[in-house]
Amino acid sequence: MKLEYLFFIFIFPGILFTSILGLIIGWVDRKVSARFTFRVGPPFLQNFNDFFKLLGKEATLIKNSIHSLFIAAPFVAFGTLSLLATMIGVTLFYGIGFGGDIFVIMYLMMIYSVMIVLGGASTGNIYSSIGAGREVKLLIGDELVFILVCLVPIIKSGYQLNLESIINFQASNGAFIGSASGILAFLLSIICIQAKMTMQPFDIPEAETEIVEGPLMEYSGPPLAFWKLNHFMMYVIFPFFLILIFLGGFNLTGLGILWFILKYVGIVVVMIIIKNTNPRIRTDTALNFFWKYASPIGLLAIILAILGV
Amino acid sequence: MKTKSNLKNIVNKNQIPLGPFHPLLEEAEYFNITVDGETVVDIDMDTGWMHRGHEFISEQKTFTQSIYLVERICGICSTSHPLACVHAVEDVDNIEIPLRGRYIRTLVGELERIHSHLLWVGLAGHFIGYDTVWMWAWKYREPVLQMFEIISGNRNHYGMLRVGGVGKDVDPASVPELNKILDTLDKKMDMIAKIANDDPVLRSRLVNVGILSKKDAIDFCAVGPTSRASGVRGDIRKDEPTDAYDLVDFNEIITKNGDVYDKFVVRVLETLESIKICRQCLNKLKIIDGPILNNVKEISAGEGIGRYEAPRGEVFHYVRTDGTNRPIRHKVRAPSYNNIPTFQASCKGIPIADALITLAGVDPCYCCTERAIRVTDKNNKKNNIDLLKLSRDKTSNIRGNF
Repeated sequence: MKLEYLFFIFIFPGILFTSILGLIIGWVDRKVSARFTFRVGPPFLQNFNDFFKLLGKEATLIKNSIHSLFIAAPFVAFGTLSLLATMIGVTLFYGIGFGGDIFVIMYLMMIYSVMIVLGGASTGNIYSSIGAGREVKLLIGDELVFILVCLVPIIKSGYQLNLESIINFQASNGAFIGSASGILAFLLSIICIQAKMTMQPFDIPEAETEIVEGPLMEYSGPPLAFWKLNHFMMYVIFPFFLILIFLGGFNLTGLGILWFILKYVGIVVVMIIIKNTNPRIRTDTALNFFWKYASPIGLLAIILAILGV
Repeated sequence: MKTKSNLKNIVNKNQIPLGPFHPLLEEAEYFNITVDGETVVDIDMDTGWMHRGHEFISEQKTFTQSIYLVERICGICSTSHPLACVHAVEDVDNIEIPLRGRYIRTLVGELERIHSHLLWVGLAGHFIGYDTVWMWAWKYREPVLQMFEIISGNRNHYGMLRVGGVGKDVDPASVPELNKILDTLDKKMDMIAKIANDDPVLRSRLVNVGILSKKDAIDFCAVGPTSRASGVRGDIRKDEPTDAYDLVDFNEIITKNGDVYDKFVVRVLETLESIKICRQCLNKLKIIDGPILNNVKEISAGEGIGRYEAPRGEVFHYVRTDGTNRPIRHKVRAPSYNNIPTFQASCKGIPIADALITLAGVDPCYCCTERAIRVTDKNNKKNNIDLLKLSRDKTSNIRGNF
């Protein structure tokens, strides 16, 4: 165990960096959404204030719930996301692997959704239960497409599974987004991310006007603070992951910094625009969309990738 | 419908409580939805979360005072209720209203329809998770409130109506400005209509959702846009034209399908018709001179009914007088009273997400519907007169302390 690994996990690009950047990008999301709807939006430090204030509040426990699961879920999810952030970030910023390949990342991303389901279902609240059920349905929908999408860079990089091999391959042969299969997979992956982050049009599990925040309904105090932090951390993890597997990573020298900002902010802005220009769709419509339309397109991307287009 | 609340039923896992306080309902109302998975099997409603006793209070007030009272039945229909009320009082003695007063009444009534329908469009957007539509529709509603401010001095409760006419004249100098605001509104409404027509995601949430068939609309006695979306004719402005409705030109909007999308279309097109009526009224107000109020000295004994097409449908007021200056009986029937029970026909067998927008699709107004309740329990029997006495005692106690 080297000392720099601890630095990777806790400071950069792990917990501290991802949390702070996530909270800032969360502010960008709130601000842009507000401007979309002719509102002023929150001040810059609002997300930080919310987080620290929630940490100081009391966490209410429900008598009939499974307390251990209820409390553990947000923190396990936080740990999962921290690990994800470290793995993706180390490869992006240092160009070296940090144990684990693209499949590990896919599994860890799934564990986050599972934690939402467990945390929501443990309370016994009817709204939370419905929300957890919807989260499972959404996971079933988007997971297949997400796996198909992740296979494209693997195929295109000559069946390499390591993140650093994928990024090195792109460094020498150009980013995958430059090919037809890459574009298809990239577009699909943005939709998948929208579903994984439960943003509109896929905010089905948390539908405020239907089931009142769903799985998060009974949470309060520090556990809720960590759920919110998890959500903001995903604003960093998912765009970084897309940049890693499709856009050829970063080159943090000279003009490369500008490119880094453009790529990252570009993806985030596309996500925010999709979020603000769509209503929430129904569960059956979402499944229909992912299985009937998105999956065949994902398969098409894979076939194109095998053909080398 | 149950009349007594029984929250203990919620223990059953396949029942979802919707309310009494829920983000979907801005007001206190309780729906109990029985589901099988995500499909709604049965839906039940529990009334009585709002206790206001408007009818009883109205019987203690003079005719002029009770107009201000019924204006506060609902914050959105704050012209429809007083308009139906003055119609009822005028019906007792067949009081004539001056022509200019009639046009001003129609203008205010139609402006209210525009702002109410825009409010619903925004709320419907919010209910299906489309907050952008919500904020945009309410931004476009803002100029209408400005028009109200120019006309009456108030944004929400206008206090314009009197028995025999209106209380405040429209300044002819402000007519060009009002016309200008109406012109901007036209374009915005076209844009809103296009959003719903062109957006496939939005259409998937609205089209063929919560269909209320023509037969069901008739069976449940639905009124207003709810029934007209199902293809049932019926608009008080056409059937029994009061005020200036027989002098202006407008169309009655009727669609066939009865789903939420049709309710949306009916409301948007009605808004455009209302803009048309407002233009005609403003043009007439430029030409017509004369009194706005026919001074009524006294109302003889008798009874009268007043009907008006509120934004949600027909609102009905009944007044009985005994020759004094106050009604001895005042009965109000709001349109939502007929419209809300249509969920029995339109919400069964569809997913929860659809059922909720269907519930909101009739534009329910719970504070219109529930105004009075008699509190009875085993030990402590109190009727409305006792409650009023309690309230008066409390007020006099407070007064005594100063």
